[in-house]
Amino acid sequence: MTQWIDACATNDIDEEDLVRFDHDGRTFAIYHSPDGEFFCTDGLCTHEQVHLADGLVMDYEIECPKHNATFDYRTGEAKRAPACVNLNTYRTKVEGGRVWVEV
Amino acid sequence: MSMRDYSLLGPDAERATETGLAAAEWYHTDISRKEMKDLMKRADQPAIRDTVLLFGAMVLFAGAGIALWPSWWSAPFWLAYGVLYGSAMDSRWHECGHGTAFKTRRYNDWLYHVASFCMMRNPHTWRWSHARHHTDTIIVGRDPEIAVMRPPDFARLVANLFGLVDAWNAVGRMLLNAAGRLHPEEATFIPETEHHKVIRVARVWVAIYAGTIALALALGSILPLMVIGLPRLYGAWHHVMTGLLQHGGLAEDVIDHRLNSRTVYMNPVSRFIYWNMNYHVEHHMFPMVPYHQLPRLHETIKHDLPAPNRSIPQALAEMIPALWRQLRNETYFLERELPATARPYREDFHATALGTAAQ
Repeated sequence: MTQWIDACATNDIDEEDLVRFDHDGRTFAIYHSPDGEFFCTDGLCTHEQVHLADGLVMDYEIECPKHNATFDYRTGEAKRAPACVNLNTYRTKVEGGRVWVEV
Repeated sequence: MSMRDYSLLGPDAERATETGLAAAEWYHTDISRKEMKDLMKRADQPAIRDTVLLFGAMVLFAGAGIALWPSWWSAPFWLAYGVLYGSAMDSRWHECGHGTAFKTRRYNDWLYHVASFCMMRNPHTWRWSHARHHTDTIIVGRDPEIAVMRPPDFARLVANLFGLVDAWNAVGRMLLNAAGRLHPEEATFIPETEHHKVIRVARVWVAIYAGTIALALALGSILPLMVIGLPRLYGAWHHVMTGLLQHGGLAEDVIDHRLNSRTVYMNPVSRFIYWNMNYHVEHHMFPMVPYHQLPRLHETIKHDLPAPNRSIPQALAEMIPALWRQLRNETYFLERELPATARPYREDFHATALGTAAQ
């Protein structure tokens, strides 16, 4: 059973950047893309469980800060080793200047 | 008999996992997100400039070497070419393996594969090996890239200045992989889904070396091997020298790069060859920062780091006696002193290791 959760304000995240969002014992990453859209994935790299929030967003990819694995944060697809497993992605919506995540 | 077992399959590997040293949370100097984003920013221009310079110089030196062959006048050109092939390619392999040298991924990948070939390091195997080196830096039984094990094997270190041990092992591993097999240690850090890539590259390389050897036999001259293959031996000394300085004589089994890594100020030529990896504490602490931004990162966080070694000779003068002392006492190591402005080492966590440091 999923539910919509108020994660953060839209202006909490610069364009082409991300923030960490923890909820109910889980950790997520919320992204602000260069064209102004918001996306959400699991917050930990699938390679070695490092928080992606310290990583680098370039266009539509997030690069893990530990080993430089990259993922397409729109689809969760692992794009570069050492990550071989995709990230889970979650639907987002913006309402009243807030980013909501369906988890 | 060593007290340590550096094998990835031995008891120290189990011990590291049990004690929480494996895949641990490492110390990082605080930097604002804004500044770190700026430091991590990628660019193509610096690496394109350096790559044009590198390959231009290689063509010139090899061309002069071939033109003057077999006269001894060709020797200086081969020595220069060899250092670019057998040492500068080590740092290109390293930076492009991290994916930070260029902004454009295909440029990183292209140079990574060329440099991997020159260094005789399977690009797929070593991508995973180096990931482990960053996860478990100088953790005994976990890190597959510990260059100086205790007690140090000086004969091996000297032989490797000419690439002898590394290249010999690399040829054996290449032939094993080309035969369709992986070494059991490789299997500990390379996912099964990647094994076919390791094997495919090894087979291509065997074909290239076979072609080069065939050409040398046909010409009745080692000249083709002076261009491909042998520079991995006669040009290795610079990357071995700088590589030993990265962690040699420092702490093992700690989770603070200030304790197990060394930053050394170097001359501009060595920094070009080494692509700024002399800022090694900084690189390990923040591996996302490209080589061309490491001097700036150093300036930003040096208040929190041990004082860098002032030069290559000064760093060697510090490291070699420490390695020599480890021959008699393998628990000995150099503890880097922190400036007053730095956050202290976690003495509680590192008590075992720090208890036997240099006084």
